[in-house]
Amino acid sequence: MNRQVKHLFGLVVVLFALLVAFTSNWTVFTAQSLEDNSANRRPLLEQQLVPRGLIRARDGTVLAESDGSGRGERRRYKRRYPQGTLFSHAVGYSFLELGRAGIEQSRNDELTGAADSVESFIDELLGRTAEGDDLLTALDPKGQRAAIQALGGQRGSIVAIEPETGRIRVMVSVPAFDPNEIPDRFRELNADEDSPLFNRATQGRYPPGSTMKVVTAAAALDSGRFTPGSVVDGASNKRIGGVPLQNFGNQDYGPISLTEALTNSVNTVWGQVAQRLGKEEYYDYMERFGFNVEPPMDYPQNQLTPSGVYGPRGRLLDEDDPVDIGRVAIGQERLQVTPLQMATVAATVANEGSRMEPRLGERVVARDGRLEERVRTAEAAQVMSRDAANQLKAMMAQVVKEGSGTQAALEGVPVAGKTGTAEVDGGASNQAWFIGFAPLDDPRMAVAVTVERTSGQGGTVAAPIAKKVLQALLSGRRG
Amino acid sequence: MSARWRELFGLIPVSLLVTAGFTSVLLTRSSSADLENPVTLTYGAFFLGCCLFGHLFIRARLPDADPYLFPLAALLAAFGLVVQYRIAEDFAREQATWFVIGLALFCATILFLRDLRVLERYRYTIAAAGIVLLLLPRVPGIGAQANGAYLAIKLGPIQFQPAEFAKLAVVVFLASYLGDTRDVLVQGRFPRLSLRRFGPLIVIWGAAMVLLVFIRDLGSSLMFFGGFLALLYVATARLSFVAAGGAMFFGGALFFARTVTHVQERFTIWLDPFDRKVVEDEGYQIAQSLFAQADGGLFGQGFGRALFELPTGQIILPAAHTDLVYALIVNELGLFGATGLLVAYLLFVARGMKAAMLAGEGFSKLLAAGLTAVFAIQVFVIVGGVTRVIPLTGVTLPFVSYGGSSILANFVLLALLLIVSDHARRDRLATPGGLV
Repeated sequence: MNRQVKHLFGLVVVLFALLVAFTSNWTVFTAQSLEDNSANRRPLLEQQLVPRGLIRARDGTVLAESDGSGRGERRRYKRRYPQGTLFSHAVGYSFLELGRAGIEQSRNDELTGAADSVESFIDELLGRTAEGDDLLTALDPKGQRAAIQALGGQRGSIVAIEPETGRIRVMVSVPAFDPNEIPDRFRELNADEDSPLFNRATQGRYPPGSTMKVVTAAAALDSGRFTPGSVVDGASNKRIGGVPLQNFGNQDYGPISLTEALTNSVNTVWGQVAQRLGKEEYYDYMERFGFNVEPPMDYPQNQLTPSGVYGPRGRLLDEDDPVDIGRVAIGQERLQVTPLQMATVAATVANEGSRMEPRLGERVVARDGRLEERVRTAEAAQVMSRDAANQLKAMMAQVVKEGSGTQAALEGVPVAGKTGTAEVDGGASNQAWFIGFAPLDDPRMAVAVTVERTSGQGGTVAAPIAKKVLQALLSGRRG
Repeated sequence: MSARWRELFGLIPVSLLVTAGFTSVLLTRSSSADLENPVTLTYGAFFLGCCLFGHLFIRARLPDADPYLFPLAALLAAFGLVVQYRIAEDFAREQATWFVIGLALFCATILFLRDLRVLERYRYTIAAAGIVLLLLPRVPGIGAQANGAYLAIKLGPIQFQPAEFAKLAVVVFLASYLGDTRDVLVQGRFPRLSLRRFGPLIVIWGAAMVLLVFIRDLGSSLMFFGGFLALLYVATARLSFVAAGGAMFFGGALFFARTVTHVQERFTIWLDPFDRKVVEDEGYQIAQSLFAQADGGLFGQGFGRALFELPTGQIILPAAHTDLVYALIVNELGLFGATGLLVAYLLFVARGMKAAMLAGEGFSKLLAAGLTAVFAIQVFVIVGGVTRVIPLTGVTLPFVSYGGSSILANFVLLALLLIVSDHARRDRLATPGGLV
């Protein structure tokens, strides 16, 4: 019988090893995902004991701060947002009951001081209370305020990016919410038909209309098979993807150059260009611009949406799927894009073809003012050659000078851009767009503006808004 | 060095643990009221006094018993006491009281059970008592239901979990029954399907199923049936019996998992505790248990630093002193601390199995193996439940969980193992070749 007893003990050893294995799994291997689980209130509670760092705009304006209450062991901190609705989506919120969103979530480690564990360990040894670091963001309150005013209550979104660095100066999504009201009104806001909690700038999927022609033009010029002077037949009702495609107002342009075709936003020309490039090459350029993947941004994953051609059940279609590339090239088909993506397109052209990763954070600063970390900027891809980019800049300047985008023109500062108007609700209303940058020769700001369900066009609704935003941002730089 | 001196030295780490544990909890609390009130520290001293008394008693009555079982049990109990003290002083005080009563029962068992054959003589009475004990929680008026399972009875202020004692009764009965009939069971090369052979197996399987339905507790049911299979294997060396029994149990469990709502619920929660529909409700306990463990990490948050409730008053680690005590330990001591605890249990099991191997063929060997197996399975069932290896059920973590019945029953279990060990080792020492 002793042999059996030994076997039995062997079995117990195996069972106990299983217990250790499972414990290791929860404590080490899946610990992070458990901590991030929304049903887990532990991390939030622990962080209540530590004052979170401030979130500031680039001019120092405080966007989020922590108020303490109670004394000694019972001291707890609660978040307060002095700017109210102004920065709601960009900054997000952090509350015990409801978790976090926005920068509050993506920069949580820095704001709670958890990022530097050696230091917090030393703090613990010395009996110092731990505290979070401050975060200086790239956000520009003046531009942000101008953007919201310019939208004038219309639903939509505006994103402004510094082309050279990828820093986000403006991120607006209307309707907004007041983060201070989140603890009391979350259910109500969450159920609101206008989805105020939804960040249209990073999550909104809209048909881009003709702004997509910038991507098409970049592909055409960089491929070496087209120049701004290449002539293509701009007749209406050209067969694209086997189905006749119309120009706006069914206008026939006849053979015209690509520059003219961009200035007048001629659908059939860009449809043909994309067809000649082919689906594979076109997809290659889309991906270089950052389509089809979540943007590499310092923002929560669950608040970022990739842009691309969406098939059934929200699946992103790739080049092997049946996609009418000629219509994708003019922003039709099932192409859906975020305002962030289109701002990135404009910024990439402005930055001579170099696409920078979008960044909200600029610097992490310790409470005593020491610089802890400069948020690294990074090039995501060289999308096109310098020459192609410079040619495209000139073409886009024409659009604002004498094409559909004249209302974006600034006095004394040359602006480049592209308008877009996509029919939605079966043609009952429009999604209006403008993407562009300024000044033309040394672009300091790129912008994307979109307005939901308007009766106007990109040139009449979105372009004037872009003008105001660019004005505010560029004058701010001089002052 | 003789066995008893080794036992005494074995108690040194226990005293260190108690001292370090209580000091650490006190320092974490660091409220002046605690520091000025040395009464709290007397629990530790009192506990060590009990250990010393236990040692002297064994020295007098069971001089040849295994030297490591008692220090290991004391280690686990000390650990449990510190954990209970860390949760609430009241728990520690009551737990300490139960230790005294448990120790008394331990001594009484050793005093009155000088010959284990007494147990064999009364095996049917013991079996009947065990079954009655198990069904008591279903008796209206005294039965108490918790989380859908019937595990406890209430007599006035005292709550009592009969399953803890029933496990001893069942093992005693099975060890005695199988010791007598194992020859019959293994006759012939191919086991023929006869009622005589499989009758008892079927009866016990039926009892386990009845248990599952009546007390609605998968954990106890698994513990009893697992103990039975372990004994069956030790007695007959037939894996086919064990396989057949195991298959029958899982078949039955699956059947009830589909039909009995309470059992079914436990299964769904087990499969996905984070489902939005259950995570704040039936799945709350297991989900919070996993969160607590994740919070612990490799080294834990440190003693006395785990969180139990939100400032809003919502409990964030339910049943921390009973069912989820292991989750609390992982939270505070981390993977390393918890592994250490499991190693302590494993060492206890190893010594129990060693006692079984040294014991003479028949009843005492089966008794030691069975008691040790049930002890090990109990640890597996509750720790496995808390770590989501199996569905979470409400059995106690021996010597550590808060609860009188558990402590008393486990002290009796320890006494029985020591008695078996004492007899076995004395016989071995008397024979040439001695003790290996």
